[in-house]
Amino acid sequence: MAEPGRESVSYAPAGEFDDMELSHPKTFLGKYIWSQDAKVIAIQYGITAMAIGVVALVLSILMRLQLGFPGTFALIDPGSYLQYVTMHGMIMVVYLLTALFLGGFGNYLIPLMCGARDMAFPYLNMLSYWFYLVAVLILVASFFVPGGASGAGWTLYPPQAISPGTPGIDGGILLMFISLMVFIAGFTMGGLNYIVTVLQARARGMTLMRMPLTIWGIFMATVMALLAFPALLVAVLMMLFDMLLGTSFFMPAMLTLGEQSGHEGGSPLLYQHLFWFFGHPEVYIVALPAFGIVSDILATHARKNIFGYRMMVWAIIIIAVLSFVVWAHHMFVSGMNPYFGFLFATTTLIIAVPTAIKVYNWVLTLWRGNIRMTVPMLFAIGFIFTFVNGGLSGLYLGNVTVDVPLADTYFVVGHFHMVMAVAPVLVVFGAIYHWYPKMTGRMLNDTLGKIHFWITFLGSYAIFYPMHFLGFAGVPRRYYAYGETGYIAESAQALNAFMSVAAIIVALTQLLFFFNLVWSYYRGRESGPNPWQATTLEWQTEHTPPRHGNFGETLPVVYRWAYDFSVPGAKQDYLPQNMPPEAVEYEDGGRGGGSAASPDEVRP
Amino acid sequence: MVMVLVVIVLTLGSVLFYVLSPWNLTPLASNWGAIDTTMHTTAWVTGAVFVAVNLFLAYVIFRYRFNRHRRSHYEPESKKLEAWLTGLTAVGIAALLAPGLVVWGSFVSPPEDAHEVEVVGQQWHWSYRFPGEDGRFGAVHNRYITDDNPFGMIDDPAGQDDILVESPRLLLPVDRPVKFLLRSKDVLHNFKVANFRAKMDMLPGQVSYFWITPTRLGEYEIVCAQLCGIAHFAMRGTVEVVEEEVFEEWLASQPTYAELAAREPPDREAGQEHYAACVACHGAQGEGNPAVNAPRLSGLADWYLERQLMLFREGARGTHEADTYGQQMRPFATMLPDRAAVTDVAAYIAELPETEVETTLSGDARRGERLYRTCASCHGSQGQGIKATNAPRLAGMPDWYLARQLELFREGVRGRHERDPYGNQMIDMVQMLVNEKAIHDVVAYIMTLPRSEQTLAAANPGGGEE
Repeated sequence: MAEPGRESVSYAPAGEFDDMELSHPKTFLGKYIWSQDAKVIAIQYGITAMAIGVVALVLSILMRLQLGFPGTFALIDPGSYLQYVTMHGMIMVVYLLTALFLGGFGNYLIPLMCGARDMAFPYLNMLSYWFYLVAVLILVASFFVPGGASGAGWTLYPPQAISPGTPGIDGGILLMFISLMVFIAGFTMGGLNYIVTVLQARARGMTLMRMPLTIWGIFMATVMALLAFPALLVAVLMMLFDMLLGTSFFMPAMLTLGEQSGHEGGSPLLYQHLFWFFGHPEVYIVALPAFGIVSDILATHARKNIFGYRMMVWAIIIIAVLSFVVWAHHMFVSGMNPYFGFLFATTTLIIAVPTAIKVYNWVLTLWRGNIRMTVPMLFAIGFIFTFVNGGLSGLYLGNVTVDVPLADTYFVVGHFHMVMAVAPVLVVFGAIYHWYPKMTGRMLNDTLGKIHFWITFLGSYAIFYPMHFLGFAGVPRRYYAYGETGYIAESAQALNAFMSVAAIIVALTQLLFFFNLVWSYYRGRESGPNPWQATTLEWQTEHTPPRHGNFGETLPVVYRWAYDFSVPGAKQDYLPQNMPPEAVEYEDGGRGGGSAASPDEVRP
Repeated sequence: MVMVLVVIVLTLGSVLFYVLSPWNLTPLASNWGAIDTTMHTTAWVTGAVFVAVNLFLAYVIFRYRFNRHRRSHYEPESKKLEAWLTGLTAVGIAALLAPGLVVWGSFVSPPEDAHEVEVVGQQWHWSYRFPGEDGRFGAVHNRYITDDNPFGMIDDPAGQDDILVESPRLLLPVDRPVKFLLRSKDVLHNFKVANFRAKMDMLPGQVSYFWITPTRLGEYEIVCAQLCGIAHFAMRGTVEVVEEEVFEEWLASQPTYAELAAREPPDREAGQEHYAACVACHGAQGEGNPAVNAPRLSGLADWYLERQLMLFREGARGTHEADTYGQQMRPFATMLPDRAAVTDVAAYIAELPETEVETTLSGDARRGERLYRTCASCHGSQGQGIKATNAPRLAGMPDWYLARQLELFREGVRGRHERDPYGNQMIDMVQMLVNEKAIHDVVAYIMTLPRSEQTLAAANPGGGEE
């Protein structure tokens, strides 16, 4: 297959856009530090998120050391164990995954895939990153204040989050609150930007129903995040008032280590409702971008259109809407009125239908395709397998009756790590292997990539699959040690040790990945503009990596959907989105005319 | 085609693991077999989907592996196929949900004839209340909780006959439905007995509930299943399911609120007479004598002394063969004629003036300070002891005694007995002291804490053990 000739790529006529007065930064600082270029901001987000992610990874290893080999490490006491639990969870969910998918991939891909020069509000976009960085630094600072970081669990449930008996109730929890508020402020700036850009700055011809699913996933996740984070913001603010001003939003009359606390009339359940009104959508804020990205990776590397594009888009939208009415399934045994269980079990299981459809459509995309086993494809298939596992175990926990014995056990830990930790992280890796060539102009090393994939994929499965069985056996989570709990078999300790060893191996393997990132930047094979022969706009830029302004002199015009792979009759097995019908060469020698169908166009 | 093999092996391996795994549900001891059935149904349905999707995935990866002479099939969508898949999935989901909701229907409706037990959670132990003869619980509120009124009882006629069980051990009659009313004095907790399947969070400021019918005689472990702070993992209890008669007998032996309120104050003079037997080792002022391995007693609270004496008497302490000095103590504790004598002598000792102890061990107090952070959660930041957490005073106790007891806890020589729940807790907590050095360090730090009531009051105005 020949590379598409430059002449076959169309641009809007010059002069139609008089936006070329972009001021290009001249200095190093302006280009790479105080940059307003979404691509640079994306990389800033990415590096920061990965750096703090490494901290969370180390914390998880400390936890695994304690669980696998209790009573061995003098460093780990019950309080610090809870601090690791808390900070690991909070960092991974909010500061790594949310920031990386939306701030990282969102920033890089939205303007490029939509055919825009940049985000709608570049200055705000820059500010968003700096807020994020400050939030991260405040969070890290909480490790070093007297009493250390909060140990309340990432859910920060009151009363314990601000009551004696929990680690970090002085500086730690205070900095956590402040950090979250700064994060949310920063995210709001970024999020508004992503939405306005997707809605207002798409290239000509890029209708909503021609957008790549990556953009759909990131876009809907952003909409959800803008609606969900305020719930967390007010919850955190109210708890801050309870802590500092003596209000009683969440604090009823109670004791703190035997003394009357002085609070009166508050409701801890109110916090849980607010938290999970944020917390459940948060799961999909992480999942939807992963859904989108994996769809594009599968289609590109299987040389096949995504199966059921319209259904995929609607599934994303339905999941986004439904995810706001399922939150109390996290609270089946919280002591809320148990009659809520009927409603929330029903909505929760309904959300399984659009999710299942997405899985079917991913597999059906591979079906009758021509699968190139590239590294991104490996990660995408790894994602499907992991996600199927994690999704199905969700049916245990969503079905209120079955949740009762399993809630707060290792089954829950196994489930959510499969579905919202390992699965999205596999997509993050796949996406980095996929887009690194566009970001740097060089390919990541294939062999290192394959080793990285196999150890990460199999290793993670070895960590988290057996956890479900500890859950069946009733082993509670967030325990520093199990001592001699009568009903827990001694062999559970051996299993824990096994999982810990697997975790250490997986963690060390990530060094290989970081090495690959650095090494390939200097020594990687040159990739050319479109190494995967992909159709979406970011691969059709004039320069690789794209320069400030993304598309050179003129912006692309879009003629087709993002999935014109292996169009019957066409010579080339992929047709870029901006290739006009008359530029398409056919095998019978014809040119133009018969158009490749996109869902828009097949509609009667 | 490594991927094909891996997907097949992982899929079938996962199923095999499920079938062969030795880590299964605990033996069921309640009426909630329906929960297990629903879980097994879920396993079958999800297992079938898991195998079907993944084996199809493996087939697709194999069948459509890259071939440069082939082209992918071009088919943007297939409404028919998608409709079928959506329909089948919806049916499967409904089939899972419907039975689940039916079971939930009975879960939320306790039977009319269920008897009621109130479970009270607190950092980090359990206590229980029964409604007494009138079948009604007296009103309570957290605001009224003090060391002398641990349940927060309000002056309410219905509460006078309420039976108060201030120990984490609960008895339940077999085959009689029981509705648990759950509340918390401080933070969130969760009352969980794995064998009963059902569980629920307990919150301060409200009452939650669930019900079960115990169906199997035996002793089961209660654990806390909601993160409640540093000693969450050590918040344990036991529930024993017994025949109706045994239960009634046990219940009758527990005090009512009125009985507790009417209890005579201890007789210190009688206590002084009983103390005569202790003087030989512990000294006239309770100052202790390291030469005969007798610790200082002065400064310890009456409730702690009373509990330990009772443990010695019941054989829950001082019976382990490795606990030489505990074995020496036991006969003296059993010499006291009755419970009243124990209370009296404890009350007498609690009033003795405090004496200074000497430092005999060396340890790194700075390192110990960090370790002590955990201990402070129960024993107080000044080592003053907190009755609400059942944690005795540490400050002012001789270092050699503290170190030896920590060692005994660590080896499970002290505190393992089922009647010594707080000793049990100590065994769990002390695991963080991984070696002898850690023990000496933490003890060295405790020796830096204010050693007498006077210095304690100066260091911690308004706080401490009142």
